[in-house]
Amino acid sequence: MLNEIAFYLAAAMTLAFALAAMTLRHLVHCALCAAAAFAGLAVIYLQLHAEFVGFAQLMVYVGAIAILIVFAVLLTRGEEIRPDSNQSSPSWMTGVAVAILVLGGITIPVFTSPSLQRLPPAAAVAPVKIIGQELMTRYVLPLELVGVLLTAALLGAVVIAMREESEVKRQIRPPAPERAEPEEATSLR
Amino acid sequence: MNPNLSHYLILSALLFSIGFAGAVARRSAILVLLGIELMLNAANLNFIAFWRYGANPQALTGVMFVLFSIAIAAAEAAVGLALIIAIYRQRRTTRLDSIDSLKG
Repeated sequence: MLNEIAFYLAAAMTLAFALAAMTLRHLVHCALCAAAAFAGLAVIYLQLHAEFVGFAQLMVYVGAIAILIVFAVLLTRGEEIRPDSNQSSPSWMTGVAVAILVLGGITIPVFTSPSLQRLPPAAAVAPVKIIGQELMTRYVLPLELVGVLLTAALLGAVVIAMREESEVKRQIRPPAPERAEPEEATSLR
Repeated sequence: MNPNLSHYLILSALLFSIGFAGAVARRSAILVLLGIELMLNAANLNFIAFWRYGANPQALTGVMFVLFSIAIAAAEAAVGLALIIAIYRQRRTTRLDSIDSLKG
C-alpha cells in the first residue's frame, strides 16, 4: 500500500513537471521543471529497487544535464525573452495530434494485454557490488567504449562551442587594414 | 502491495508523448533537446520496469542497459547544447524556424 502511494505521488510529480517543462514560456522555468521531472523519475527508480540507477539518474540528469541546459539557456539569452513572441511552431497542432496518436497506440495494447498486469517477483535487488562485478567482467567492453564515447563527446563539444573564437577576434579588430592587404596582394600579382 | 507492470508502462507512455509533443511543437532548439531527453527517460523507465517485473531479474540486463543509456544521453546533451551555442554565436537565435538556410 505504501509502495503504491509512493508510486502515484512520484508519477504525478513527474508528469506534472514534464508537462510544465514542455509548456511554460520562459526557458529557465522549463529547464528547472525538467530537472524536477528527472528527480521524480529517480524516485520511481528507487521505488522499483534499482537504487544504483536512481542515484545515477540524480547525479547525471539533475546534477549535470539540467545544469548544462540552464547554462545553455543563459548563454543563448536573446529573443526568447520577448513575451509577445510566439513560442510554438506553426504546425504545433499536428505535432500534438501525432503525440496523442502515439499515446493511444502505446496505451491500448498495454491495457488489453493480460501478461502486462502481473505483479513483481518477490525480491529482485541489484546490489552495487554485483553491478560493479558485472561491469568489470561481462560488460567491460561496452564500459570502455562508453568511456571513449564520453571523451570524444567532451572534446567535440568543446571544439564545436569554441570554433568561432578566431572569427570573433577578427571581428573585434578594425577591418580596414585587413581588407587592404588582399588588395595589395592582388595588385602585386 | 505493488502497482503492476502496466502502471509503469502507462507512465512511460505519457512521459514519451509529452516529450514528443514538446519536441515537435516548440520553437526553441533547447526545448526540443529537452523533449528528446524526456523521451529517452521514458525508454529508460520501460527498461527498468521490465527488468524488475521480468522473469530473470538476477541477470541485471535492464539495469546495465539503462546505465549505458544514461551515459550516452549525457554525451548527446553535451554535443547538442554545444551545437546550439555555436549556432547562436553565428545567427543570434535558437529558434528553429529562423535557422532555415543551408549556407551559413
